[in-house]
Amino acid sequence: MPPAIRRLLRDIPTSVGLLIVLVVVALAIAGPWLAPYPGDASASHLIRRLKPPSADFPFGTDNLGRDIFSRVILGARGALEVSLLVVGASMAIGVPLGLVAGYGTGWVSEAIMRVTDVFLALPQLVLALALAQMLGPSLESAMIALVVTYWPFFTRIVFSETGQLRTALFVDALQGLGASRTRILLLHILPNTASPIIVRATIGLGFTILVAATLGFLGMGATPPDPDWGLAVAQSRTYLPAAWWFATFPGLAILFTVLGFNLLGDGLRDILDPRLRRSR
Amino acid sequence: MSAPILDVSGLRVSIHGEAGVARILHHIALRLERGRIMGLVGESGCGKSTFIRTILGVLAKGGRVESGRIAFDGIDLLAMSDRAMNSQIRGRRIGFIPQDPLLALNPLFRVGTQLLEIMRNHAAPGDHRARLLDLLRRVQLPDPEGALRRYPHQFSGGQRQRLLIAAALTCAPALIVADEPTTALDVTTQQQILILLKELVAETGTALLFVTHDLGVVAQTCDEMAVIYAGQMVETGPTRDVLANPRHPYTRALLACHPDRSTGFASIPGTVPPALHMPPGCRFAPRCPIAQSACPARKPHLLTVGPDHTADCILYETAA
Amino acid sequence: MSFILRRALLAIPSLFGLLVVTFLMIHVSPADPATTLAGDNATAEQIARIRHQYGLDQPLAVQFVRYVADVAQLDFGDSQYSSRPVATDLLGRLPATLELTLVALILATALGIPIGVVAAMHHNRWPDITLRLLSVAGVAVATFWLAIMLQMFFSMRLGWLPLRGRLTDGLAAPAGPTGLLLVDSLLHGDLTVFTDAFAHIVLPAATLALGGIATIARFTRAGVLDTMSRDFVQYARATGTPRQRLIWIYVLRNSVLAAVSQIGLLFGGLIAGSVVVESIFDWPGIGNYTVQAILTADSKVLLAVTLLIGVIYAVVNILTDLAQAAIDPRLRERR
Repeated sequence: MPPAIRRLLRDIPTSVGLLIVLVVVALAIAGPWLAPYPGDASASHLIRRLKPPSADFPFGTDNLGRDIFSRVILGARGALEVSLLVVGASMAIGVPLGLVAGYGTGWVSEAIMRVTDVFLALPQLVLALALAQMLGPSLESAMIALVVTYWPFFTRIVFSETGQLRTALFVDALQGLGASRTRILLLHILPNTASPIIVRATIGLGFTILVAATLGFLGMGATPPDPDWGLAVAQSRTYLPAAWWFATFPGLAILFTVLGFNLLGDGLRDILDPRLRRSR
Repeated sequence: MSAPILDVSGLRVSIHGEAGVARILHHIALRLERGRIMGLVGESGCGKSTFIRTILGVLAKGGRVESGRIAFDGIDLLAMSDRAMNSQIRGRRIGFIPQDPLLALNPLFRVGTQLLEIMRNHAAPGDHRARLLDLLRRVQLPDPEGALRRYPHQFSGGQRQRLLIAAALTCAPALIVADEPTTALDVTTQQQILILLKELVAETGTALLFVTHDLGVVAQTCDEMAVIYAGQMVETGPTRDVLANPRHPYTRALLACHPDRSTGFASIPGTVPPALHMPPGCRFAPRCPIAQSACPARKPHLLTVGPDHTADCILYETAA
Repeated sequence: MSFILRRALLAIPSLFGLLVVTFLMIHVSPADPATTLAGDNATAEQIARIRHQYGLDQPLAVQFVRYVADVAQLDFGDSQYSSRPVATDLLGRLPATLELTLVALILATALGIPIGVVAAMHHNRWPDITLRLLSVAGVAVATFWLAIMLQMFFSMRLGWLPLRGRLTDGLAAPAGPTGLLLVDSLLHGDLTVFTDAFAHIVLPAATLALGGIATIARFTRAGVLDTMSRDFVQYARATGTPRQRLIWIYVLRNSVLAAVSQIGLLFGGLIAGSVVVESIFDWPGIGNYTVQAILTADSKVLLAVTLLIGVIYAVVNILTDLAQAAIDPRLRERR
């Protein structure tokens, strides 16, 4: 076992994070086979609506008589899909921009960073809400809005890392050997920026799940009958406080998933980025 | 002869860390009389700073006193609680002058606030501000009134060291411990500070334990000196005697390296052993030109080699 | 004074950038504003007239200048929802949001800093490990869910605190001068209103503050640990400064520098959180107004809110810099 992984597993909070993430990934992949009532993704059974938790329905049932436990499990796939797509797309936009801006010195680099700073200064949720509304409320709009608000984080990180590497000795040496600019950027600088990108992406996955759930809650994301966690909490409000389970369990699912990604991200930062290890 | 102000015997200190146990101080013994200046000499990493921290009771994390005694004015410091050390000893009866005056002051607070804090905790009641101003004049700091309102970064290195000397004197301590107080200063400033320290000791009657790696400074300033190697006290005695007639091989080697004395560019062969892997017995033996087979088995203890002059070497075992 | 001025000038480029981005967002939007304004059954001729009337047929540069001029005069048009000028609506709701976010910020600072210090003092022992877990959890909670849980427990089940609103119906808000109910009621000596307003603000402010408490505690803890390893702490100990005094007065000041720099970022989070919290607690502030605007697709309101938040953000960043300069004398001289 490589020492980095051993160190990761020795840290209890980090291993807990890893465990949660693995469980969520497993649920996302195998959800339909694991959920006791996979049909409850869309079906409704008005006869057994709003039943409290029991052996048959561990998390109770919702206003349409659907098993909340099943829907919490089925919701993992959507949540993970959205966050992977959003973080992946943000990386695809943000990382190249950061590389170009950080390696260059001219006006292009300056312009990229000014725009990045403006986006970073905007309150994400409000910007995402405004965009989602303009594009018409749907899951796709929400995802586009999240990408638009999240790419600058990657540009910022890659920019500062690249800026430091640009003047590093080994880059000087490569230039001296006549390596092309693209080659230096892709083969030598990019791998060196991998650690902070991985850390940011891990925390970003949790963060995106949180914001996507908020958009869903506000009616700007997932649409019924999707088994979306945020949407479920929104639907539950009419039935409180009697049907407490309806609001509680989907919210706990969000909490644990995001907690898992954050703990894992924190642990990865400690292991991958020795400069930050001190400040934890 | 009155009781010494500082009497250390058989002191062993180790640091317990993740990598193992480092036996930093192995055998430290010294006596410092009231009103005298003693130079504590050694290479960097020999345990000088750990010794000072042990006296003041502020050892770093994992630090542990294994055995020995530190008597200050007849009081056993090692038996005192941290709280008692704080309220009765540190800053009150033992003053401290640190190595780097810039790092020693908090950059975010006015100098006046920080110096008055020490007096607030320790000085006899009265007009602290007036007494502090008086002291600042005595350490020849220009514009003492203004100085109190300024921040540490607004002073030069020499001025900052004057501030900290004043700080050490605020409570009229019986002993001042100075950890390389002139190392961070340029040569001219260093001279001024040394002269000032000497004058103040003569004036106030305090004793001064002066830690340094510079034999020139010791020759110029100190009445007595103690040489430390890899956590072992190897030689003590009146400065003049030790410099004129060094008895321990390490002291001799050290003097031979000194640019004022050596003809060529000499150095001691070998290096100081790493703290985690100290050789047994006499720690200088691996580098000693006249080491004997019995050296690694020798238990460190100082032998009298002259009036008030002691050395810890197997050479004098038979003569004693 | 010149420090404040120079810092304020630095904010101008980012505010200009904000104007450009918002302008482009409107004009890149797939929905043609003229078509939207004209309504569903409009003829091509009507749409063209409206396009001309609003200057939408002018070159982009001209439209941008006009846009900047409108914004400078706080003219954002009328809200589709309330049919009052957007600026008037926003100004009327600003105090409620300010009061909520300020109370949350004070709560976050007042709790976050001591928690961080205590954790650092017990480095790697149970108070510290607990804090580390809680602080990660604190940022992982969905604000909307926490709000609903608190409502369910403290308002619906226990009935200790009001469920929604800023003041019980029938109670008259004191007239001015700040618009902050807690402050105004005290100024007028009206304790009934004060207690009522206080009871109303507890749950929303606590919801909003949780993430902030976690963040500030985290940074304070890291700051204290870093500061404790510095030479001046050694010196202070060696000169016999009592431990509690050393930590709570001297070490703390050095340690909060990092936490203060986070408050600017945190404020962004509070604003975003207030959108959710205000809508759940029916708080008559800007966040609630924004949600209404989203639901009614009122793009003028969204634009104005985005700009307003940008301005607040810039102001908070300036204040953060000033606070840091107040803490660290070296920063005051550098500029």
